[in-house]
Amino acid sequence: MAVPIETYTLDNGLRVVLSPDATAPIVAVNLWYHVGSANEREGRTGFAHLFEHMLFQGSAHVGLNEHFELVQRAGGTLNGSTWLDRTNYFETLPSHHVGLALWLEADRMGHLLPAMTQEKLDTQRDVVKNERRWSVDNRPYGTWWERLPALVFPPAHPFHHSLIGSMEDLDAASLEDVASFFATYYTPDNAVLTVAGDFEPAEVRTQIAALFGPIPRGPGKPPLPPMELPPVFGRWLRETVEDDVPLPRLFLACRIPPAGSDEWYVAAVLAAVLGLRRGSRLVRHLVREQQLANDATAFTYDLTKGCDLLVLDVTARPDVSIDTLEAAVAAILDAVITDGIRADELARAVALIETDYLSALQSAQERADRLSMAMTYFGDPTRVDRELARYADVTVATVQDFARRTLGPDNRASLRYVPRAASAADAA
Amino acid sequence: MSHPLPFPERPSPGPPRPYRFPASELRPLPLGARVRVASIDRVPLITLVVVCRSAGASGEHPGHEGIAALTASMLLEGTTTRSGQALTDAFEALGASVWASADWDAATIGVTTPTRHAESALALLAEMLREPAFRAPDLARLQAEHAADRLQAMAEPRVLAELASQWCLYAPTSRYRRPLSGTTATIGGLQPEDLRAFWSTNYTPATMTIVVAGQVDVETAERLARPIVAGWDTSAPAQSDEGATPRFAAPRIHLIDRPDAPQSELRLTRIGVPRGHPDFFALTLMNAVFGGLFSSRINLNLRERNGYTYGATAGFDWRRGAGPWSASTAVGTDVTLPAIRELLAETARMRAGTCTDAERALATSYLTGVFPLRFETTQAVASALASHAIFELPADYFDTYRDALQAVTLADIDRAASQHLEPTGLQLIVVGDAARLREGLHELGIGPVDEVAPETIERAP
Repeated sequence: MAVPIETYTLDNGLRVVLSPDATAPIVAVNLWYHVGSANEREGRTGFAHLFEHMLFQGSAHVGLNEHFELVQRAGGTLNGSTWLDRTNYFETLPSHHVGLALWLEADRMGHLLPAMTQEKLDTQRDVVKNERRWSVDNRPYGTWWERLPALVFPPAHPFHHSLIGSMEDLDAASLEDVASFFATYYTPDNAVLTVAGDFEPAEVRTQIAALFGPIPRGPGKPPLPPMELPPVFGRWLRETVEDDVPLPRLFLACRIPPAGSDEWYVAAVLAAVLGLRRGSRLVRHLVREQQLANDATAFTYDLTKGCDLLVLDVTARPDVSIDTLEAAVAAILDAVITDGIRADELARAVALIETDYLSALQSAQERADRLSMAMTYFGDPTRVDRELARYADVTVATVQDFARRTLGPDNRASLRYVPRAASAADAA
Repeated sequence: MSHPLPFPERPSPGPPRPYRFPASELRPLPLGARVRVASIDRVPLITLVVVCRSAGASGEHPGHEGIAALTASMLLEGTTTRSGQALTDAFEALGASVWASADWDAATIGVTTPTRHAESALALLAEMLREPAFRAPDLARLQAEHAADRLQAMAEPRVLAELASQWCLYAPTSRYRRPLSGTTATIGGLQPEDLRAFWSTNYTPATMTIVVAGQVDVETAERLARPIVAGWDTSAPAQSDEGATPRFAAPRIHLIDRPDAPQSELRLTRIGVPRGHPDFFALTLMNAVFGGLFSSRINLNLRERNGYTYGATAGFDWRRGAGPWSASTAVGTDVTLPAIRELLAETARMRAGTCTDAERALATSYLTGVFPLRFETTQAVASALASHAIFELPADYFDTYRDALQAVTLADIDRAASQHLEPTGLQLIVVGDAARLREGLHELGIGPVDEVAPETIERAP
């Protein structure tokens, strides 16, 4: 799938990636701002995400509720998402509406603040509090995605605190915070704009220049505190959480090099050997053979600064204790350290990664998002087309060498969920 | 500190580029089976899905609820010559991902494989379908996993709300009342011979359509699909569609207690209509206006105006029988009662024939515009063609889909709303903190408030 990729930068610092492909009359517009929860100041956890909600509340030339309506009227889909170190906004449309998406993104990049009101902020604050209840507080195991970063990153580290934020901090967010966050981070020189799919590059270049060109460069953003961490935790970190959950569940994380590094591809292939689909080691041993687990999977967090995480996520059978489960998961890691992996396991993992990759990139928006990611983090969107080669370069020997340094007891963090009643009974 | 910068007018759209749903060809296979092929030369992948219309949950006998889903899962657990592990290893070594599942109307067994391995992957798929082993130890494992899944389901407020909805909506005689995957009692009692019998009765070429989408020509696809059914001489089972009788004739509230829950999961639900109903397109648009779009009435009201929720949606669960329609949202415990009032008021307003032409136009242009966006991948095309086979839709269905939407008038939408959102039969499910909600729910005056224990839903009717 050789799709052209053009890259250029406007005078105001906005980096643009164009990847035309006329297979279907569909176009994807995708805008990454290089800001996430890591950039939040103390006492404002959750603000980057609350701010993302405010970007759908209209801008100088777009009324309340009009942003969604204009895109949906055009027959498009849209959304945004906030992550630890980036926030993205995206529209997928019938291709003749590409101008609309660019216009909407330019209006909110250049002219957001005139549309901001206290009432909109208060409503979105309530919406976000309900998002927190829905995704974290009223969901079994829902706290894992704020507990795990809190366990594995030291307190002062920008990835330590909650992305969705605390209720108190959400309450504290003000319109002044909106204005200063916007001025600091939502600037063309802190963003990457990608257009992928069916469009005329020359035309879109002209539109982008007219719409985004006049937006002034930002003042520069404050540097993040140091993100570098030692290659391993140094000991086995453990946290046990008694919760209203029916089955014990273990998240076991290992610190790994940042996403995009050569070693990260080794870790990603190892994650697939361990926990991608039914033929993986965790499923084979824990679900099928030992029958200690009901589900098992493994994945990487894909963080590009400081370090990344490899996470094993295993849910126990009802009669299996968290200690038994943890010991069985540890034994699987120990076996990789001692004996490495087989060539057929490596081939299986790489083959599945390749199929998933080809499958995903049929979608214009998926491709646009990956291009934005590669440009934002590495300044080189063409990395997207070399991804598969990097997975294929991983060998049995590099995996074992990596496992020896990375999977040991000095680099494990266990987040252990246990049913509340059971743990009370244990204590009695 | 905003300086007025010149900003261009909102651009008008350019001329639209035409889109056609990928063309497909239907060919007969031996013994009444059929193959439908959509050649899409984009990436070197093929998705093949075997749809078996007689192997869904509506073909189950009472007491065996869940056997359809379990039988489909057991196909992945090995053949007479290969263990489940060996079968998995063989597929995954090819980079192929395989699945087998059953819903109310059909079992679907599918694989997405690199084109270069299609021959091997499809031979494995045929073996899986034709020579399943149904070994006792594998069955015992899946039964234990199912029991654990039930525990998880009962603890997950969203799943509980869905299970409670169908439990409260359909009469005890209706299969739709009980979980698609069965209960611990129905699944726990099954023996390997029960599954073998279900398979030998219901997996038959006569009710099979094999859908192929991807980098393959029609001749090759037909050649690859043929061995899946050739020589598989079984008699076709009787197909019965679900009768879908309501349990209650008047509205009631069903309260499921989750002490101290910070949110209430709400479902306002009623029995909808079968997928083949002539009002399908009018209902699709009516629902989009009411709760399908981001700019829908209930989302703008409950989320954007009141901040009660992260989102509110509504939809039909389309089945061959009359599946449910429901409006779903999760709201803060302290705003549960006002949120219910708004939801009911919006339902009444929709039913009163208030759809505006602007709303109709928005919903129509959204649904026609996103049509091409839904079919970017081989899996998406295969899945659309599988639904086409399951619901036995007209041959030109995808080619005329957008015209059919555009033909729906405001009067059609209003009529659909007044006929299909009648208050009779509306049931409200609330999964939340009963101690804080009970009194207010009684005072709403919608109907009696029944408190339902989750264990009741899990037990036999």
